[in-house]
Amino acid sequence: MPEAATTPLVEPRPPRKLYRSSDGRWLGGVARGLAGHLGLPVVWVRLVFVGLFMADGLGALLYAAFWFFVPLGVGGVGDQKPPSLVATETAPDGRRRLVARRPDKGQIVALLLMVVVAMVFVGNVNLGSGAKAYLLPAVLVGAGVALVWRQADNARRARWVEVGRRRRTLTLLRAGAGVLLVTAGVSGIFVLQGSAAHLGSVLQAALAVLVGITLLAGPYLVRMTQDLSEERLMRIRAQERAEVAAHVHDSVLHTLTLIQRNAENAGEVRRLARAQERDLRTWLYKPEGTGKDEEDEPTTVADAVRRSAAEVEDKHGVPIEVVVVGDCPLDDRVGAQMQAAREAMVNAAKYGGEGGAVQVYAEVEGRTVFVSVRDRGPGFDLDSIPADRMGVRESIIGRMERHGGTARLRAVPGGGTEVELEMERAEKTS
Amino acid sequence: MSDPTDTNGTSGTSGTNSAAGAAGSAEVGHGEGASGRHVRVVLVDDHRMFRTGVQAEIGQTEQTGVEVVGEAADVDQAVTVITATRPEVVLLDVHLPGGGGVEVLRRCAALMSDAEQPVRFLALSVSDAAEDVIGVIRGGARGYVTKTITGTDLVASVFRVQEGDAVFSPRLAGFVLDAFASTDAPPVDEDLDRLTQREREVLRLIARGYAYKEIAKQLFISVKTVESHVSAVLRKLQLSNRHELTRWATARRLV
Repeated sequence: MPEAATTPLVEPRPPRKLYRSSDGRWLGGVARGLAGHLGLPVVWVRLVFVGLFMADGLGALLYAAFWFFVPLGVGGVGDQKPPSLVATETAPDGRRRLVARRPDKGQIVALLLMVVVAMVFVGNVNLGSGAKAYLLPAVLVGAGVALVWRQADNARRARWVEVGRRRRTLTLLRAGAGVLLVTAGVSGIFVLQGSAAHLGSVLQAALAVLVGITLLAGPYLVRMTQDLSEERLMRIRAQERAEVAAHVHDSVLHTLTLIQRNAENAGEVRRLARAQERDLRTWLYKPEGTGKDEEDEPTTVADAVRRSAAEVEDKHGVPIEVVVVGDCPLDDRVGAQMQAAREAMVNAAKYGGEGGAVQVYAEVEGRTVFVSVRDRGPGFDLDSIPADRMGVRESIIGRMERHGGTARLRAVPGGGTEVELEMERAEKTS
Repeated sequence: MSDPTDTNGTSGTSGTNSAAGAAGSAEVGHGEGASGRHVRVVLVDDHRMFRTGVQAEIGQTEQTGVEVVGEAADVDQAVTVITATRPEVVLLDVHLPGGGGVEVLRRCAALMSDAEQPVRFLALSVSDAAEDVIGVIRGGARGYVTKTITGTDLVASVFRVQEGDAVFSPRLAGFVLDAFASTDAPPVDEDLDRLTQREREVLRLIARGYAYKEIAKQLFISVKTVESHVSAVLRKLQLSNRHELTRWATARRLV
């Protein structure tokens, strides 16, 4: 067993499979992929390819073959960064971290270099004088094919990286350009073959065949895409359902079990039920992306008040009803006010919780943040509290005044105590 | 932990009920100090358990003065039952199969404005999402309370609605304040789109958990005045179909 744990460290991918490297590549990432696979420096592999290229273009053919057949992957050379690259390799274990990026300088240089070398090569190689005429169309076809195939490459990468929709126009543009190039090249070959006279009829025939195929296959294609999108939708729904089920299972069933176990302890049951209700409510009614599962610090007044109330409620077993009007980000002064409010909630829960729920009201209006915490307890006289009791004087009144706010305690008609906290927000925010 | 058990939940209600029953078994109808008031209520909720629970809590006509004359579980059923029984108050759930509480309100609009015997709606929902609450209020409901309300409070709310008053829970008051919050820009129709200073004050106190009586004491006005302020707010909320409310709802992607 211990051996099994150590071996993968030495050999990260037990069945070594050749991938083209997607990050830090110049062309198709073949050289980097190979280098990573063989454990050689990239430069060597690249040199070998260039050398082979000189041998009647073998290198180019080889490279193209690799490009064609080897799937794009992550990895390649791990820790050796070629100097000309914009550093994007994120980590030694960058397998998962694929970064969508624009072609960098290295890629452009490589492309230019390739074109130059190809031209020199073409100039040197002696083809038949007749064959030479076919060169341009052939190059055109080659470029078109390359463009479309690169496309497929990118589409694949996009599936991992989830590139945004804006890329779609670019994709179409590229595909169109590729098709255009291929068409031009093929037509050129036709023209050169001297069958230019028949070009019109050939094109017509080709068009007819294409239309026929479209008519025949069209419905199936449409059906297929529809099925595909439908299937995707179903999958998303199923995922959502699974998530809901998981949540219900995790928290709700768990709580119900606890409640069954603690059936005699009314207070505990009530505490559990309230906590669960709050949790589920947040989960159900809060819009997506507003911190359903987040555990980090609150950043706004509404968030801070609700969270403090929830914590106090859980701790002291007294229901706290929260109403928040407006919202604003927290700053130092408001943060202090939130602490004071929390202290007030604790006091209300401790001393006034018998009379019923504690009411918390927070309002942000303009620059002023107002928080009121009231209970329906026996009431509270500040003067009757011994001077050494710091809870209210220091934690609430003192804290508010130190930060430039005001705190008022008063008896409420109908019984109970209300703490009113008022604070001006700091200038610089918002 | 013994005090909360007494003050809310079913045990609390049954406690008062048995006390009232023991004291006033001879003089039926005097219970609850409702001076013999009587209100006919229809319950609309798709959860049978909940209907049963509410029925059990408020349905003892001798003690509470509330008589549940019908129940419905979806929109069609609700409209049929309400039309047939003509209750004074309908306790309406927000989430219902067949279009929700708003749909019931829409189809009962004629009954609501009936001069002879208007049917009034009190929304009673487990949801405290702003769009649900504001939606039914704008649809014509006279108030909104959450399902955590105690039986006693619910009975009081039903009577208040029957008398034509609005019932605002603290949370609803919060939503309304929020809806009218950024009204510093001068609105086109002053009367309609803006809460007066006093109305705002009243709403704030409601949001802070004050009862109407306490608000009256606090502001040195009569309870009747408080009620009229609240009714005015409700009217504005139902009528104000532009500016802030629209903007507010749009900003929250509610419409």
